[in-house]
Amino acid sequence: MSSDGNPIWGLVATFGLMSLFAVGGANAAIPEMHRIAVDVHHWLTDKQFADVFAISQLSPGPNVLIVTLIGYAVAGFAGAFAATIAMCLPTAVLAYVVSGLLKGSRGARWPALIRTSLVPLSIGLMGASALVVSQAADGTWPAVVLTLAAAVLAFTTEINPLWILLAGGCLGLSGVI
Amino acid sequence: MASLGEEAGRRAKAIQPQEKLAWPQENCLGVKQSAVYLFQMSLDSPPAASPGSDIPQTVVQTPPPGLIALFFAFAKMSLAGFGGVLPFARRAIVEQHRWMTADEFNETFALCHFLPGPNIVNLSFVFGSRFRGLKGGLAAFLGLVGPPMVLVMGLAVLYADFGDLPVLRRILAGISCAAVGLLVATVFRMMMPLIKRRELPPLVLMVAVFAGIGLARWPLQLVLLVAIPISLGITFLMQRRVSS
Repeated sequence: MSSDGNPIWGLVATFGLMSLFAVGGANAAIPEMHRIAVDVHHWLTDKQFADVFAISQLSPGPNVLIVTLIGYAVAGFAGAFAATIAMCLPTAVLAYVVSGLLKGSRGARWPALIRTSLVPLSIGLMGASALVVSQAADGTWPAVVLTLAAAVLAFTTEINPLWILLAGGCLGLSGVI
Repeated sequence: MASLGEEAGRRAKAIQPQEKLAWPQENCLGVKQSAVYLFQMSLDSPPAASPGSDIPQTVVQTPPPGLIALFFAFAKMSLAGFGGVLPFARRAIVEQHRWMTADEFNETFALCHFLPGPNIVNLSFVFGSRFRGLKGGLAAFLGLVGPPMVLVMGLAVLYADFGDLPVLRRILAGISCAAVGLLVATVFRMMMPLIKRRELPPLVLMVAVFAGIGLARWPLQLVLLVAIPISLGITFLMQRRVSS
């Protein structure tokens, strides 16, 4: 918990700013969330971060709701609400404004140019996300093996990802991990 | 990825016309597929060919939805969306309610994809505002974010109370390992088209961003403020070389 007056404003400022740099969606911002929540502010431990990531992946709705869990850890319900709105609303309004501006420029080449140039960046960010959460989650060799198995399974087959998550939970429960 | 059309067709056949979003398994099957499909599309070309193109483009669209309809439609697709809301959103908007054609949907999504922030959340706001202005945008946004947020808050309470129980610790440890694996698979799926094109500069940029954020743990803003101009410049030069 931060010691200064009201942690809510810290959450709003942190996630409001972060959302503007979340190129490629919420999963691309996970290393930054980890850096701020674990390394800078010590809102969560590494283990707790891996937990909230798992919970957010398991629950329905947009993956961005990991910030709801981080916000709750910092300042309860108000924190959860503030973090979620700060992460979601500014960019949504930005998208609304830009889509209004773009209406007149149908067929312009620059939107495609921007899109193409952001693709490698967002893939790099997602890769970094995977690395950061794996360092938090994969502490033991069986855990690493489970992660790799899940990756191969999800990459090569069309199995419903939810089953893979539940299978991981069952393996964990059985004490293998 | 070319099989997406067939997949959609097979699904359409298997499901009764009036049936709603009630098949998590079938639906989730499409999650990764269509998310990656759209991603690739935004890589290569303007979103012309659409995965849902088996729907005739001449279909008369239904009258614009009201605020309450927008809220509930987005709440429903969001709560159905395990592992990603996008395919559910496409199905509800294009196939079920016919509020947009597949092409319009792709165009809107492409816009929301190159803007920062959670893509599907952006989409909800842009979509709602098309029909009912700012209020509509807000209604769709609240529908998409509100109900799952309340649900996740419930999970947060449970986690705060019981997160240290050994049983739950073991289960969560297993789930996080699997979740990381899913993320790794998504990254590789997204990388494939980039690798297949064999253009070195984007791959170098990708690795550089990965190293800067993942290994060096530099702040996101810093890395992007350097990487975005470079990537824009490279893409611009490469496209000009191709066209000349």
